[in-house]
Amino acid sequence: MSLDWGEQDVAAAAETLLSITETGGELRVGIAGPLTIEAVARLDRQFRQAVKASPRQVVIDAGGVTALDSAGAWVLRRTSEAFSGRGIEVRLDGLQAEYSALLEKAFIPDPDVPTDEDRPNTLIVITARAGKAMFDMAHVGRDLFGFFGLTIVSLLGLLTGRTKLRFVALVSQLEYVGLNAVGIVSLLCFLVGVVLAYMGSLQLERFGAAILTVNLVGISVLREIGVLLTAIIVAGRSGSAFTAQIGTMKVNQEVDALETLGLSPVDVLVLPRLIALFIALPILVFIGDIAGLAGGAMISVMKLDLTIQQFLIQLKGSVDFWDFGTGILKAPVFAYVIAVVGCHQGLKVSGSAESVGFRTTKAVVESIFIVIVLDALFAIFFAEVGI
Amino acid sequence: MAAMTEESFTSDAASPPAIRLRGIRNAFGTQVVHDNLDLDVLRGEVLGVVGGSGSGKSVLLRTIIGLQIPSAGEIELLGEKIEAGRGEMPTRKLQGRFGMMFQDGALFSSLTVAQNIMAPMRERGGIPKQFMRELALLKINMVGLPPNAADKFPSQLSGGMRKRASLARALALDPQVVFLDEPTAGLDPIGASNFDMLIRDLQGSLNLTVVMVTHDLDSLVAICDRIAVLLDKQVTVGTMSELVANPHPWIQEYFHGPRARAAFEAPGLKG
Ligand SMILES: Nc1ncnc2c1ncn2[C@@H]1O[C@H](COP(=O)(O)OP(=O)(O)OP(=O)(O)O)[C@@H](O)[C@H]1O
Ligand SMILES: [Mg+2]
Repeated sequence: MSLDWGEQDVAAAAETLLSITETGGELRVGIAGPLTIEAVARLDRQFRQAVKASPRQVVIDAGGVTALDSAGAWVLRRTSEAFSGRGIEVRLDGLQAEYSALLEKAFIPDPDVPTDEDRPNTLIVITARAGKAMFDMAHVGRDLFGFFGLTIVSLLGLLTGRTKLRFVALVSQLEYVGLNAVGIVSLLCFLVGVVLAYMGSLQLERFGAAILTVNLVGISVLREIGVLLTAIIVAGRSGSAFTAQIGTMKVNQEVDALETLGLSPVDVLVLPRLIALFIALPILVFIGDIAGLAGGAMISVMKLDLTIQQFLIQLKGSVDFWDFGTGILKAPVFAYVIAVVGCHQGLKVSGSAESVGFRTTKAVVESIFIVIVLDALFAIFFAEVGI
Repeated sequence: MAAMTEESFTSDAASPPAIRLRGIRNAFGTQVVHDNLDLDVLRGEVLGVVGGSGSGKSVLLRTIIGLQIPSAGEIELLGEKIEAGRGEMPTRKLQGRFGMMFQDGALFSSLTVAQNIMAPMRERGGIPKQFMRELALLKINMVGLPPNAADKFPSQLSGGMRKRASLARALALDPQVVFLDEPTAGLDPIGASNFDMLIRDLQGSLNLTVVMVTHDLDSLVAICDRIAVLLDKQVTVGTMSELVANPHPWIQEYFHGPRARAAFEAPGLKG
């Protein structure tokens, strides 16, 4: 054998010849050259064509086979069984003895396994999917409610001393969800403050009420923008991380391992994240508020020719404690939603990496959705109680 | 059988080895795993790799296929110099010519078993879809999985079944060199010996070169032509009989423990 590393076999496989001749009821299938996957992939159609014939007997002349891999062995076997299955006598001639063991192995016990091409009608699939989605939605609501309950129980356990707080985990989560988010939260809130003030001043100037820009920025940042924007950023960066972290642990069976150690995944994995977010989000909202106001102040100074003092005096006159209070009150609620939804989706991951991705997306969409719905409810509530 | 395989790699003795390692050094931080390690894997042989847990067997395999960049030394795989760390993965050039079965399976979790096996075939291209499916079913049967495993996802399989599925993927294209990291761990004894025979058969008809990490003394006896022992950051290579005579205490203990004796008493002992 020559000293190539397979290039020659591959090249030769491009030349493998298949000759099919029929003489007097005898079909001769002659193969010359290496019968490896390169050759078979090319000749597969011809092999399939050949078995459609109905001769009296078949001779497969494999004397010219110079190399055989399992793809080749399978084709030989498939071809000969296609004939013998119909009662046609088949003879395999000239195959080198060293290949016979491989031929023996090349065997599919039940080739009629459904292939992934056997898909049902598209219309049925779509209808079924829509129905399934409806049920899923109901189930998600129920599950999430159940999980809320679990976390409450776990929190109560913490108060009664049944479970202990995992302090190290809490601190590391606090750093991750709180400290590391300060930069992005303050930058984005600052920019939104700038945009609000800028757009507001352009409109209000036309009524000669440019000074009211300060009121606009103050109230909207403190009541809505600060908390909503922060919650959305945190849902995107921490809620998704919760799902991915817990989901990956689920895939690696780490969560199962926890259970066998007698530890509750809710206590060990969910609580530290929940409490960390509970503490961190109000602080982040506070920082976001300041940053948003700073953005407004910058534009006021640059566009409206106010001094910082004038801006602050105007701000003080236009907002009261409850403008700030309503914003900051919402933060722990949103934190709870984001953490619970993220962890819940993480624990629902099953098996595959794909599922981790799917659940992560779901966690972000779901938590932002719930946050905005709750925000609307809060707005109505605060309006009704008059704060 | 021993005679046949002996011949199949010694007759090519003048040919360059399929794999050539020279002066390999691998370190993680301050922990040196391999130091000045030399290894030749001859063409068409089945080389067993043994060594204690954490002695660097998996790291050695990863180094050979270019997943782990050694801090020193050179590697030649199928006559191709693997220059790790030069951007392009060297393994890409050799795509389809070698297969790797990872210690913990590393199946693509979002694909079914059949799709996992078809993945390397898809990459190669030019193979009709129906034929790919047949080949996948063939490999599934070859490694001893039931046909209904084809459309299951890896998460729906048992540990041993995942192992077999991963072997089936490594063998998908009948590569010239296969690396197997503890292929028979977690298989039942019948499955394990069937697997040994499968490797032998494929090796015989395809002139496969096999590098296999195993602690299964039966496999070592039954199918390995030579054995590489990872000891003190280097390898000691020899046939079974050479190693049995080696005075190193670890080797002595390995090949003379009660398990080893049981394996040697079984028929098929060579050397
Ligand atoms: N990515 C890595 N980072 C740091 N250390 C590593 C890494 N991979 C391996 N090691 C270390 O290298 C050593 C060898 O590991 P390796 O996985 O090769 O062991 P092994 O011989 O395959 O053991 P086993 O029989 O248990 O599979 C171990 O001490 C391990 O801790
Ligand atoms: Mg290992």
